[in-house]
Amino acid sequence: MRIDVSAFVGAYPWRRVPGTAPDAVLAAMDRVAIDEAWVSHLPGFFWRDPMEGNRWLREASATHPRLRPVPAIHPGLGGWERELRAAIDGDVPAVRADPTWYALDPRGAEMRTLAGACGEAGILLMLAVRLEDSRQRHPHDGAGELPPWAVRALIRAHPAVRLLVTHADKPFVEEVHFGSTAEESSRISWEIGWIWGPPEEHLATLLETVGVERFVFGTGQPLRLPENAVAKLDLLDIDAATRVAIESGNASSLRRVGTGA
Amino acid sequence: MLIDVHAHFFHERTPRGDWQELNASRLRAGERVGITIHIASILGSWGRTSPTYFPSPTDLTHANAYQRALQRQHPDRIRSYVAVNPNFPGHAEAEIRGGVAEGMIGIKLAASRRADDPLIDPVCALAAEYGVPVLQHIWQHRRRDHAGQEASDAVELCRLARRHPAVSFLLAHIGGGGDWLHSLRAVRDAANVYVDLSGSGVDGGMLEACSEAVGVSRLLWGCDLTIDTGWAKLRYLEHLLSAADLEAVRWRNAARIFPPTAFPND
Repeated sequence: MRIDVSAFVGAYPWRRVPGTAPDAVLAAMDRVAIDEAWVSHLPGFFWRDPMEGNRWLREASATHPRLRPVPAIHPGLGGWERELRAAIDGDVPAVRADPTWYALDPRGAEMRTLAGACGEAGILLMLAVRLEDSRQRHPHDGAGELPPWAVRALIRAHPAVRLLVTHADKPFVEEVHFGSTAEESSRISWEIGWIWGPPEEHLATLLETVGVERFVFGTGQPLRLPENAVAKLDLLDIDAATRVAIESGNASSLRRVGTGA
Repeated sequence: MLIDVHAHFFHERTPRGDWQELNASRLRAGERVGITIHIASILGSWGRTSPTYFPSPTDLTHANAYQRALQRQHPDRIRSYVAVNPNFPGHAEAEIRGGVAEGMIGIKLAASRRADDPLIDPVCALAAEYGVPVLQHIWQHRRRDHAGQEASDAVELCRLARRHPAVSFLLAHIGGGGDWLHSLRAVRDAANVYVDLSGSGVDGGMLEACSEAVGVSRLLWGCDLTIDTGWAKLRYLEHLLSAADLEAVRWRNAARIFPPTAFPND
């Protein structure tokens, strides 16, 4: 069983990306033996109301059950609580908010309120540090990267909030992990897609220093080749149980507390 | 056969206390991926006693000597670029002549001087004389200067390549940061510029764009700092290309531009 917690569907505005339709994402999943993907609506990142993509996402998921929707919640827009409730009722694995794309203060009151609401509801909140390497972004693509201090602030916003951070590299993970208490860190999970393998061995190091239980498989496809995350695992010297935990076990345990979502 | 055209090693005079582990890790991962040959360079002292991209002659001499020692230690899987700083022309010439005489098979230009600067011409003349290619560090679409390097982009490399049509140039790490689409537009008609696929970037659509821009015959597989991303791109190419084209990218293209005796069984 392999679960990709960080996949996208829908067009990207800044360059031509092949394979963004649900059928194409499913074909890529088959290519690298991914059973299930938690998918976000990529165009929504750039919409003034990213929540307008949630309906399409739900419909795509209904047609393709291997694609589990991760609805976007913009806590600066009226009615976001209804969207969150709909997401919870829709039995989704997580919701997402990407404050720098929404032009929100990533550790401001709106985001902390959303984090609290997710904590209360027992639903996982997903955030992306970045989508592309900052050196290659379109000149008009000006949204900042999610800063590590925002993650530290959000995990402190509510004692039950749980965060899944994608597209983070080793310095980011370390800064947040060792800048948090053990209890706080236990509520943060990290997707492996942006963490370097050998010869730097960033992923192997983090598995030792931060803990296997904190990491989940994710690809960032179709913006990035899904083969990348698989190659990282294939280059690790880990036992079968550890691999299962990263590929699916840890992600499965992140689903909504008290439900089968 | 699988040739990594863009690899690096470290030595005892670099800032990395884990330099031996890094070297071992590269070779170990290479075994797992199936890399037959790592063509590598060492950029001076990697910043310890001179900047990585502006290495001093003293640091380069030591680095090139260490790189040759690694090649002697692992003759079955390591080949070497001579790394030079063209701001020191006499030293660069001596390193190239001495390095090639001792079995180094290419020249590495990092970011000490812009690629289209006349100071690069003597280096390229030596490349032509010895029949070795030049691996040029590239910032894909450099929109401004960056501290720590006088980086070049593909447009500047192509100006150099036009002045030296007998030399093969490797445009370094197309996935190594910056706008690779800009580079691919620039190199399309530069027949003696090859695209090195290394770098941490694994963007969807990038490999298709590389193939469309320059054709499979001008693609070279490599890893640079991240072997995981190199392996990912190789795995994707296995789906994208025919068996013959895949073999070209894995090693045949490299065998064509490096000296005839550089690799086993080619």
